[in-house]
Amino acid sequence: MSAAAHSVIEPSAASKRVAGAIVILYAVITMIPLFWIIATSFKTPPDSIAYPPKVVFTPSIEGYCNLFTTRTRQTAEYIQSLPPATNFCDETTRKRNMVIAGPSNFLPRFINSLVIAFGSTFCAVLLGTLTAYGFSRFKVPLADDLLFFILSTRMMPPIAVAIPIYLMYRELGLSDTALGMILLYTAVNVSLAVWLLKGFIDEIPREYEEAAMIDGYSRLQAFRKVVLPQATTGIAATAIFCLIFAWNEYAFAALLTSGTAQTAPPFIPTIIGEGGQDWPAVAAGTTIFLVPILVFTILLRKQLLRGITFGAVRK
Amino acid sequence: MAEVVIRDVDKVFRDIQAVSGLDLTIADGEFVVLLGPTGAGKTTTLRLVAGLEKPDAGTIRIGGRDVTRLDPASRDVAFVFQQYSLYPHLTVFENLAFPLRSPARRVPEDQIRRRVEDVAKLVRIHHKLENKSTKLSGGEMQRVAIGRALVRKPSIFLMDEPLSSLDAKLRGDLRLELKRIQTELGATVLYVTHDQIEAMTMADRIGILAEGRLVQVGTPRQIYTEPANLHVAARLGQPAINLLPVGLLPDGGAPAGARTVGARTEHLTIEKSTNGHFDGRVDWVEHLGDQNHLHVTLADRKLITLTDTDTPLRKGDPVTIRLRSPLFFDGEGNRIRGGVST
Repeated sequence: MSAAAHSVIEPSAASKRVAGAIVILYAVITMIPLFWIIATSFKTPPDSIAYPPKVVFTPSIEGYCNLFTTRTRQTAEYIQSLPPATNFCDETTRKRNMVIAGPSNFLPRFINSLVIAFGSTFCAVLLGTLTAYGFSRFKVPLADDLLFFILSTRMMPPIAVAIPIYLMYRELGLSDTALGMILLYTAVNVSLAVWLLKGFIDEIPREYEEAAMIDGYSRLQAFRKVVLPQATTGIAATAIFCLIFAWNEYAFAALLTSGTAQTAPPFIPTIIGEGGQDWPAVAAGTTIFLVPILVFTILLRKQLLRGITFGAVRK
Repeated sequence: MAEVVIRDVDKVFRDIQAVSGLDLTIADGEFVVLLGPTGAGKTTTLRLVAGLEKPDAGTIRIGGRDVTRLDPASRDVAFVFQQYSLYPHLTVFENLAFPLRSPARRVPEDQIRRRVEDVAKLVRIHHKLENKSTKLSGGEMQRVAIGRALVRKPSIFLMDEPLSSLDAKLRGDLRLELKRIQTELGATVLYVTHDQIEAMTMADRIGILAEGRLVQVGTPRQIYTEPANLHVAARLGQPAINLLPVGLLPDGGAPAGARTVGARTEHLTIEKSTNGHFDGRVDWVEHLGDQNHLHVTLADRKLITLTDTDTPLRKGDPVTIRLRSPLFFDGEGNRIRGGVST
């Protein structure tokens, strides 16, 4: 054996380099689609469908113009007769012999997504926290069966329950309503929330609440003052998972919303330009669609990281 | 502070009788220690007094008021847990102030500050009031936990092995501090431990619990010198009491019905045999530093006693063993009072 000291804990420089290279390579591969979408959103429609694909191109915000507006084709004479264009969007539209007719449905759809995703996340986490606390702290008859039953709501693919839910929602007048979608996503997410949060709350020793109750607090006050502050990481992690699901959900949204309550995911692919799919506009919609979840995740990143390793690592 | 009366209390968990027919009165200002092995019902007793468990039968009165069916919050007791005692998301100050800030109490903020600072001085943690409670050492944490109990002057302090998670040195220090604080405040304390030294040094009275029953209650001295039965005798004394069948050693007058002799160090005279007659042989001399344990083989039995560090006895030495007023127990294991001395 060589005399050189070989640490078991500290990885060698070489293995660190290899690990670093693998991580960078993996990150690059996973980010290519993301990069491509963002790049496409800044292309002109001809550039977006050019073959071979253009990696270097002159950026344009035409896609964003098209995303937020509807346009109509006009005669060259009519366009000539208009007052001069006041902004970039007007200008590019006119170059293509069109004028802006009005705002598109993207903004209301995006707002629907925000309302439904955050609304259902809030409900799912609220219900999940209370339910998980109940299961964690009280003797619930048939607790194991109930927990399994709660989880079973996630066992079927959405498409399997889509028809019954569709019929049910039509009867109840919940089709194409934000309330209906919030209820549906809450129902799907609450099982995830209960299971995740039960783990987190189980980890909080009950002595804390007992101490608080002896110190003159009711159970609910003890829950609020002692359990909730300690469960914040778990709640944040759960909220992110719920939000990502509700934000990205496509199947139910496509089936149950068509108008006023339609969310962004079923809307974005339907953006049609002149003579086919308007890829830059679709890409622009997707790029904007990424922002809220990105911001939310970055804000809660610390909690999320701690949350995911929770249970494995004890303080 | 107040008197606490526990009468005929039973508590069953599923099929385990955790506490049965418990009768105990803790006088105002008294320090009572419940001593017993794991599963004897010590913690359950504390939780029953605190209201964290409801008894299946019996009554609990605090200061003359029947609290048997009351919530923990309305009982005016303070509880120090074995561990997990501090709220990790709060500072030391906030931890100490927590009981005073309860919605049930509504103490003005300036009064809270004064009270917390007083208690922090009492438990010697005032220099760390703004620290996060997770940034304290084990001893500091337990001092804060005790402080949190002291901050509101409850009718009784319930302490569930508050020192057991600490190392030996700290345990010793805090034991003294706790007793000092209790004496200063004239506090009523019900204290649970399985550590006989804590019981012997702090208690006004010790209650020995076994399998949910209170076997004997008495002053530390009584419990040590006049144990009610073999179980109690075995709980106290270091090294543990030696139990031998009657007749193995000349005892010169075992009372009628005696089956077992209990002999601690002070009941034994062990000398090196000089005339060829001997009762046993030294098996081993265990050096503990300040004292030695002497292991002696006697027929097929082993005796362990304390001996001086300068003992002339060596491994293999033949010894004579004589009993001096040992304890006698009958066939049921109960001690026979007034054993005859030799």
